[in-house]
Order: sequence, then structure tokens, then C-alpha cells
Amino acid sequence: MSLLSSTVSLSRYRVDGGIDAPIIETLAGRLKRHTISEIDDVSEKVVGWTSFDAPFKPNFEGSSFVIGDYFVFSLRIDKKNLPPKLIKKYCAIEEAKRLKESGRQYLSGNEKEMIEDHVINVLSLRIPAAPNIYDVIWSYEESVLWFFSTLKAANEELEALFLKTFKIPVIRLFPYTIADLALGLSDGERDILHNLSATSFLE
Amino acid sequence: MLDVSVSYNRYKFIGYEFLTWLWFVVEKDQVRIRKLHEELLSLDIGNRIVLENRQRDAVETVTIKGDDAGLEEGLLALRKGAVVSEINLAYKSGEQEWSFTLKAESFHMTSLKCPSAGSVETEEDVEGAVLEKIYLCGKATQLTDSLFESFMKLRLSGEWSKKVVPLVREWIHA
Repeated sequence: MSLLSSTVSLSRYRVDGGIDAPIIETLAGRLKRHTISEIDDVSEKVVGWTSFDAPFKPNFEGSSFVIGDYFVFSLRIDKKNLPPKLIKKYCAIEEAKRLKESGRQYLSGNEKEMIEDHVINVLSLRIPAAPNIYDVIWSYEESVLWFFSTLKAANEELEALFLKTFKIPVIRLFPYTIADLALGLSDGERDILHNLSATSFLE
Repeated sequence: MLDVSVSYNRYKFIGYEFLTWLWFVVEKDQVRIRKLHEELLSLDIGNRIVLENRQRDAVETVTIKGDDAGLEEGLLALRKGAVVSEINLAYKSGEQEWSFTLKAESFHMTSLKCPSAGSVETEEDVEGAVLEKIYLCGKATQLTDSLFESFMKLRLSGEWSKKVVPLVREWIHA
């Protein structure tokens, strides 16, 4: 529960649209459809939604993801992380074995590449995926979403999965988008904003 | 609206100017800050500030960190044409304290530490703790939003180049 940690990191989004009524039932259905699945032997990564309070036992029944005026759930990314040093070690063992079997002194680049692919596949079967959980707060009325991570890869996964799940995009709130979308600028101010150029504070 | 990734890169200077201006108002214009946020007791530069100088082909970065670090090196970097790319802020309201680092380009808040909330001992406590945390994080986002709105109103007005920029330059080169 990164949200309840003593220190958090936060990215903010504007949710650009709504979902069909009844909202809670529609939302529950879509979250269930895109709930994280257990990773299989071949996949390197799986991404999906999970429950905020039970990330390893997702349950979107009823209104379990509604807290006050907010929808609260989590993005889970399960990824198999193969340490490069481990890959290097098993490649070296496999290459030595091939050289001994063939009686040759060198392996071609193509053969080395095939060995590396083979090693990665074998290790992927043996190494479990590490879960990463990032909490999401969606204020539906305010069309605002908080994502409790500032990692680029996690934010990109959130944007892609949110669009896939709810069929509505989220817009990152950074200085320009906040100015354009949230400050209630007049047409004249918006024109000035579009034509702004950097100030020099040098004398 | 422009494509998000295009606007992110085209207008990233807005965030740098905002944080540079913010440092200036924290140092020189606390009255403005208090007017924006009635509940505010104090707003100070915290334990980290990062400046970037993109005046030349290469990017120079100056990082100042530490609870009692002097900011003279930061002012020196500003004099050479740098702008603030990250700033850690310490914000007090009543008995409560927040601290967080705000990033200029993305407006990401990192290391956000809110006043301590009630402990979670049972499942029933979770709901209350979540709502409390949302409220407390919201206080920090409201502060930055009101500061940013104040900055943008100036930035989009004639006052920016006529009054604000000369004052910021005077502060930097004092």
C-alpha cells in the first residue's frame, strides 16, 4: 500500500471523459476484465489491475474499490527480472559446453546469440516474477487521477492500461497542461500561453 | 490542445521558470504566499534544490542537498544562466508539516511526507486512513496549484516582463 507509506511519490492526471452508467457496476466489470493474471512460464511481464487492500487476491465485487468519493485500486506489474550477471554466467557455461562437444575453438556470433536466447528462456522458467504495485486514486467527479509512482515505465503502463480498460485517455498534468486545462484561462491568455517563449534571467 | 508529448517538450521552460520564481518569492515575497494560502504558517526551501544550465550545448547540473546546506552555490548558478529544475519545499500549516520535492518539467511530487495520520490496526481502519491520506496529499497539491496559478497569472500578463523579471534579476545579481 504505497499510498499509506510515510513517504509517497505522486503523478497527476486529468481523466478525459466518463464511463457509462451505472458507473460503479461498469467500472467493476472493466476492472474485473483487466484484473492481473498469474504470469505463465513464457511471459516476461504481466500487467493488470488489482485490489488496493488485497493486491495478491484481487476482488472487484460490489463496491469494494469505492472509498468515500474515490475509486481506489492498484496497478500491478509482475516482471521476471533476470540479472545480467546470471545470464552471463550461464551463457559462459553453455558456450564452454558447446566448444567441448564440437571440438572447435570459437563459436560464431549467431551461435552465441542462440545460446543467449536459450539461456534466457530456461532461466525465465525458473525465476519467479517480482510484483510491483502502484496505487491509483480516481476522483470521478473531479476527473482527476492520482498515480502513486513517478517511474516513467509505470506511468506508461498506467496510461496504456487505463485507455484499454475504460476507453478514455488520461492526460498527464504538467505545467503546460495544468495551465491549459485547469486554470480557466481566457481566450486571450490561452493565445499568450501558446506563444510563450523562455525568459532569460541573465542581466 | 497540442499533442501532449509535443507540448511537454515545447513548454518545459514554464516549469523551470515557475520553480525559479518560487525560490524568489519564498526568499523575497512571503506576503504573496500568505495571501494565496490562508492556512499557511510558513513555506521554506527544504533540503534539496537542483539547477540546470542549458545555455550551452551541454547541460550543467548543480545539486545542493542537506538540511543546513547554504544556497549560495545555487544563486551563483542562477547568475550563470541556470534555472531551477527540482525544489524541495517545507510547508507548515498550524501544527502540521509537509515536505516534498517538486520537479519542474513533469510536476511530479516525490518524497512527499505528510503529517502523521492515525495508525492502521484493523481492516476497518484502512478506509479512514486512505481518506485522511488523500486529504493530506491534497493539501500539498492545493498549495502547489495555487502557487502555480499565481505564477501563471503573472507570466501571462505584461507585469511579468515589466516588474517581475527585473525584480528576480535584481535578487539573483545582488
